[in-house]
Amino acid sequence: MNRQIVKLFGFIVVLYALLFGFTSYWSVFDSDSLEANSANRRPLLEEQQIRRGTIFADDGRTVIARSTPVGKGNNKIYVRHYPGGPLYGNPIGYSFVERGRVGFELSHNDELVGNKTEFLSVLDELQGHQQEGDDIVSSLNPAAQQAAVNGLGGRRGAVVAIVPSTGEVKAMASIPEYDPNVVKNSKAFERLNTDDSAPLFNRATQAGYPPGSTMKVVTATAALDSGELSPSSTFSGRSPIEIEGVPLSNSGGEQFGTIDMTTALTNSVNTWWAQAGEKLGNDTMFKYMDRFGFNQKPQLDLPGFQLSASGIYQGARLLDASDRIDIGRVAIGQERLRVTPLQMAEVAATVANNGELMEPRLWSKVIDPDGRETRLDPARQSKVMSEDTASKLNTMMQSVVREGTGTAGAVSGIDVAGKTGTAELSPGVNDAWFIGFAPASDPQIAISCIVEHTSGFGGPTCGPIFKSVAETILSGRNG
Amino acid sequence: MSARTRELFALIPVALLVTAGFTAVLIANSDQLGNLSFLYGAYFLALCVATHIVIRIRLPDADPFLFPLVALLAAFGMVMLFRLDEGLARDQANWFVLGLLLFSATIIFLRDYEALERYRYLIALAGFILLILPRFLGHAVNDAYLAIDLGPITFQPTELAKICIVVFLASYLNERREVLVVGARNIAGVVLPPLKHLGPLLVVWGAAMLLLVFIRDLGSSVMFFGAFLALIYVATARISFVIIGLAMFVVGAYFFAHTAAHVQQRFDIWLDPFDDAGGSGYQLSQSLFAQADGGLFGRGLGDSLVQLPACHGDFPDRCAILPAPHTDFVYAVIVNELGLFGGAAVVLIYALIAERGFKTAVLAEDGFSKLLATGLTAIFALQAFVIIGGVTRVIPLTGVTLPFISYGGSSIVANFVLLALLLMVSDKARRRVRLQSETRV
Repeated sequence: MNRQIVKLFGFIVVLYALLFGFTSYWSVFDSDSLEANSANRRPLLEEQQIRRGTIFADDGRTVIARSTPVGKGNNKIYVRHYPGGPLYGNPIGYSFVERGRVGFELSHNDELVGNKTEFLSVLDELQGHQQEGDDIVSSLNPAAQQAAVNGLGGRRGAVVAIVPSTGEVKAMASIPEYDPNVVKNSKAFERLNTDDSAPLFNRATQAGYPPGSTMKVVTATAALDSGELSPSSTFSGRSPIEIEGVPLSNSGGEQFGTIDMTTALTNSVNTWWAQAGEKLGNDTMFKYMDRFGFNQKPQLDLPGFQLSASGIYQGARLLDASDRIDIGRVAIGQERLRVTPLQMAEVAATVANNGELMEPRLWSKVIDPDGRETRLDPARQSKVMSEDTASKLNTMMQSVVREGTGTAGAVSGIDVAGKTGTAELSPGVNDAWFIGFAPASDPQIAISCIVEHTSGFGGPTCGPIFKSVAETILSGRNG
Repeated sequence: MSARTRELFALIPVALLVTAGFTAVLIANSDQLGNLSFLYGAYFLALCVATHIVIRIRLPDADPFLFPLVALLAAFGMVMLFRLDEGLARDQANWFVLGLLLFSATIIFLRDYEALERYRYLIALAGFILLILPRFLGHAVNDAYLAIDLGPITFQPTELAKICIVVFLASYLNERREVLVVGARNIAGVVLPPLKHLGPLLVVWGAAMLLLVFIRDLGSSVMFFGAFLALIYVATARISFVIIGLAMFVVGAYFFAHTAAHVQQRFDIWLDPFDDAGGSGYQLSQSLFAQADGGLFGRGLGDSLVQLPACHGDFPDRCAILPAPHTDFVYAVIVNELGLFGGAAVVLIYALIAERGFKTAVLAEDGFSKLLATGLTAIFALQAFVIIGGVTRVIPLTGVTLPFISYGGSSIVANFVLLALLLMVSDKARRRVRLQSETRV
């Protein structure tokens, strides 16, 4: 019988090994997915008891979001406040136990609640530390943000301002805005959520607009950097011409003779650029669009569901170079092209930064409870074009603001490079664009602006907004 | 060093562990430290030493590790209960004392456990009555009839019944194992026991099915039937018997799973606890969440979230982030507070107890002693597996107690009687081994 008894013990050991295996699976290997399970209230309850880190503006003083304690002892919980009201509603988002969290509050949640690796948290526990969140200094500049919101003046649209050399986002405005403080209230949240103007929707990163002529900066990059064309290359600027069998006209039906690229960009000559686009073809255009970050979600530190990829859409599907596309119209920002204001700001920032695209970032510094700081280490996303291309494009874009369609964006005493865009949605209804950077000789800020459904044109509508935001940031830097 | 001295020394770290555990809970709960935990530790040590003296006198050769290991489990349980609810811990301490008294009484008054063989049918009958009693006197908890109310206390007769059944089976199988093996016939490649001896085995199978129908408890039936199959295997060395038995059980259980809604539901929850995580799957999914929350090292004693803060609702059960933390889900609390390491330690202690139990069976000389030790160890080890397995989703969740740890008087008392019998078998077996080696020298 002894052999059987030993085997029986072996069987029991196998059963117990199963217990150990399953316990390790739940407690260690699968714990992340269990903690993310929506039926699991533990993480929410526990995070309520952690002092969530403060979010500061780029000056390190202005408070964007802070947590204040309510109750005491074991029942003490922290509640989030947003002193800026609606000013930073998008992109900062909100964090409430009743409502969950979105935006910057979600994407930086681990730092804000002080989540660390298992090993570090054990060390902390041994030392008797209570979990506490890290503070974050965001890259947002209060004055620039305010200037952007004021500039839009209640008109639906968005403004994004990026530091070309680091990718730091100084302003990100989306109108209509919302006040995150009211989201706590179920009824108010319900109203925001069902509002036709979609205030919870971050237009700067989620909305897909036809880019209009601002796209010509991308086309020009492809043309110059691939070596296919130079600033002095010429096409005919007569209007209308047939592109893919459909007549295409210049804005206002304006006629031009045989003109070079600088003239064509300065006066935003559609027929010229459509011919250029057809000469370049799908592959070259896609190559440069991809380098600019089209056809993928932006690398910005916001949650993925609040970021949209820019590109050519058939319904919800992104088309690629092998699809049937009217590339001539893509070159002038028509066709089924949909871009985000963030993407166009990145285009301007890339030209400003000698052809290098930096990953955009909404944070500058993380400060842990002991005062240790982690600073943003700017990362290059891609090398889009050569310095030479960037320099030629810079010069051409300066001419747009000096003598072309973008004169409204001019800042006195400073040279500005820019490009306007007016996407006609229906007769008299436009999406008005302006993208650009300043100072052109030493770019400090790159900005994109869009105003939806306006009767105005890109230059006159968005030019002044660009000017105001740029002046605010540049004067802040000097002062 | 004699076996008893080793036992005595092994008890000291256990008592220190209790003291440390109580200290940790006290600090977590009140931020202050009195001499209370030392007092509790001292009480615990005194009780264990007193019991140790009983063992020293009556069973000097018994296994030195079984009692300290059990004391360790009890210490674990007491600290966890103290952390959940001081009142529960006080109750449990009383039951612990009663358990030790019954343990000593068994050792002192049952001079020779082999006398049990003579009363085996009486014992079987008693066991059977104990099993079905709750159906007539008790009330259903979670749809299962497991407890009867005796005035202020509830009593779970299945806990005592398991000992009766094992004693009966050990005795019966010891007598019949020869004929079961010799008379076995090979029918179409399957070795079947002789038909006329099959009867009693069918009775056991029927009893297990009856448990399912009558008491409606899958956990107990698995436990009983598992111990039965373990004994059949050890007695006859025929794995085919085990397979036949298992097949019969599965067929029966499958049938009842489809006729009894609660069994079916248990299976559904087991297959996907998150499907109805707010309703029927609430308990199991919360158990898994608690374990996930524990991680490798746990949150520390006293730091587990068991109740929602300041929750008063129409459904008090919904206030519980972890329902039944002191009984069915005590293992989940342990993993939550002490992490994978704590959980692994508990499983390891049960494995060590199983090892000592089976070692006792191997050392025992006669068939009855071997089978008795095997049966007692197997049913104890299976009980731990059934409940921990349920809590960790290895098998469908059923409501048996975690021996010596979870709250429950009948469980702790019955398991101490089980331990007493095991130690008596061990004493006899080891005395023979000791005497043999002494005469050889």
